[in-house]
Amino acid sequence: MSHSMEYNKRLNRRHRADRRFKYYGMAAIAFALSFLAFFFVDIVGKSLPAFQQAYIQVPISYNAEVKDNYNKAITRNYRYLVSRSYLRSLPKKLAQHPELLGTTEDTWVLASYRVDQYLKGHDGHGLKSKYRPHVDEMFADDKIEFRFNTLFFTNGDSKLAETAGILAAAVGSILTLLITMAVAVPVGVMTAIYLEEFAADNRFSQLIEVNINNLAAIPSILYGLLGLAIFINMVGVPRSSALAGGLTLALMTLPVIIIATRAALRSIPDSIRDAAYGLGASNLQTVWHHVLPLAFPGILTGSIIGLAQAMGETAPLLIVGMMAYIPEAPSGIFDATTVLPAQIYTWSSESIRAFEERTAAGIIVLLTVLLSLNALAVWLRNRTQKTW
Amino acid sequence: MLWQFGYATAHKKLGKGNTMSSSENISIRDLKLWYKDAQALHGINLQISNNKVTSFIGPSGCGKSTLLRCLNRMNDRIPSCRIEGDILFDGKNIYDADIDVVQLRTRVGMVFQKPNPFPKSIYENIAYAPRIHGIVSDGAEMDELVEYSLTRAGLWNEVKDKIQEPGTALSGGQQQRLCIARTIAIKPEIILMDEPCSALDPIATAKIEELIDELKKEFTIIIVTHSMQQAARVSDNTAFFYMGNLIEFGETREIFTKPQEQQTEDYITGRFG
Repeated sequence: MSHSMEYNKRLNRRHRADRRFKYYGMAAIAFALSFLAFFFVDIVGKSLPAFQQAYIQVPISYNAEVKDNYNKAITRNYRYLVSRSYLRSLPKKLAQHPELLGTTEDTWVLASYRVDQYLKGHDGHGLKSKYRPHVDEMFADDKIEFRFNTLFFTNGDSKLAETAGILAAAVGSILTLLITMAVAVPVGVMTAIYLEEFAADNRFSQLIEVNINNLAAIPSILYGLLGLAIFINMVGVPRSSALAGGLTLALMTLPVIIIATRAALRSIPDSIRDAAYGLGASNLQTVWHHVLPLAFPGILTGSIIGLAQAMGETAPLLIVGMMAYIPEAPSGIFDATTVLPAQIYTWSSESIRAFEERTAAGIIVLLTVLLSLNALAVWLRNRTQKTW
Repeated sequence: MLWQFGYATAHKKLGKGNTMSSSENISIRDLKLWYKDAQALHGINLQISNNKVTSFIGPSGCGKSTLLRCLNRMNDRIPSCRIEGDILFDGKNIYDADIDVVQLRTRVGMVFQKPNPFPKSIYENIAYAPRIHGIVSDGAEMDELVEYSLTRAGLWNEVKDKIQEPGTALSGGQQQRLCIARTIAIKPEIILMDEPCSALDPIATAKIEELIDELKKEFTIIIVTHSMQQAARVSDNTAFFYMGNLIEFGETREIFTKPQEQQTEDYITGRFG
């Protein structure tokens, strides 16, 4: 039975190849997962301290000199430990409450980033060694405590690390994304519907199709140049504004939405179109009443993924001037604005160590928003999906 | 019957004349059709009589479905499709520039090979076409039209308690009868059926065949079928196609008992195809 032995050997070899292939796949996934795990552990670990901020209890004396020199409100040995942003607000406070003049109060105030960083165990930057025993002592006496960092969510950017927050960038991102959505989704979906359901299949429409596919592959920074040339230089949209950024991102997102929508429309079986046409429905009625409702989940998912991608985009916004220092949340689409990824980049290039944890915290905020968008896409798709 | 009223207005609105006079028919004259450069129909001449069931038979790729889809211009949707010749309906060429395809399809309805109900309720499946054509308005009239159409399609008793459930939840045979009900709701003059039973089991097939027999009192029916037994059972006239040519056309009894052409005989005796 040599023939059968030969056959069994071959069979074993085939099974071994199957198993080997399975192990390769598992190894690849494990490799990718380990990167992901490392990334998350690193970012989360780095960002967690940013959500705690040191506050310090110091005696503040409201004397007459404060009006002209806020440093006089506090003795020299504390001055270095307190956030300058607090001291700067004192003359105003004194003007509003003249009855405080001549009093001295022990007040809980925001500590300077040097104290904060020293107590968090980063002594690479900041706190001079002569203050360290003092700070240790105050911390032991509960004169310094860590509180949840609400300022991070209510402030814009700042040059003082302890008061720098994400709000301006978050509001900027939302405004920019709203513009992008308002422009890219209707234009993209309409274009896709026209190309897929109405346009004749000729040289011209093929040319358009090829070009749309190419556009999706163009490096995003080129869209920034296009946005600069068209929206800022030609139309005169204000530089750095959410409008300029949103329109630029809309250009970039359009091909993604068009391609996703076309794929969604193409996945609707022709039998549905046959049924509608066979009953005398017009082109528009067929699309509007039958094809579009069925394609809707796919269109929605594609649009949300496209917008999420736009939200994480930095390069084109660099060119339209959104990589900027924005301490105040924008109040309209014409105001100077920055966005989350740009803010993260700005912080990451700061020399002060205290910004490092804010960079990580900013990344966490951005990732949370993006993952929520993706989760929303999945949820909406499952909710609206029809089977037939 | 209230529905009769709706039906009369419908015809006025759709611009239909007096239907079903015996002189009317479809007359196909020297019809040639190409898909790109490949010719699929080579000069078809055929007269289809009213209130009869005409079946198109022939081996796969013989052009019978293609011809059927010319009759309500469903081939318009295929960009590479080119047509020469005339199809006269009420003495008017349906490929004339002034013919409105939307209106043509209300007069020539179609039932497809695979049951394709809309993924909507049974009620909506029927009500959709009457609504878009403005035949009856929603409400009691529409309810009556839905019931009437489902009754005519022999489906009412099976679905009357679940009229709001999705049409796609029905069995294959029920779905196909739903599609027929949907077609007759706008009262076409001609119903085209493109292998309506090929996806159905024998019992569902028998029901559809009974239905065809019932419907021919009111409609002209043209059916494409792969089953010669079916053609023999349901049709009054039979056309045999081969390689894009009409080989033989005549009364079904004649075609199946004493065909004039050798090719027809070979096909119906199962020698090829």
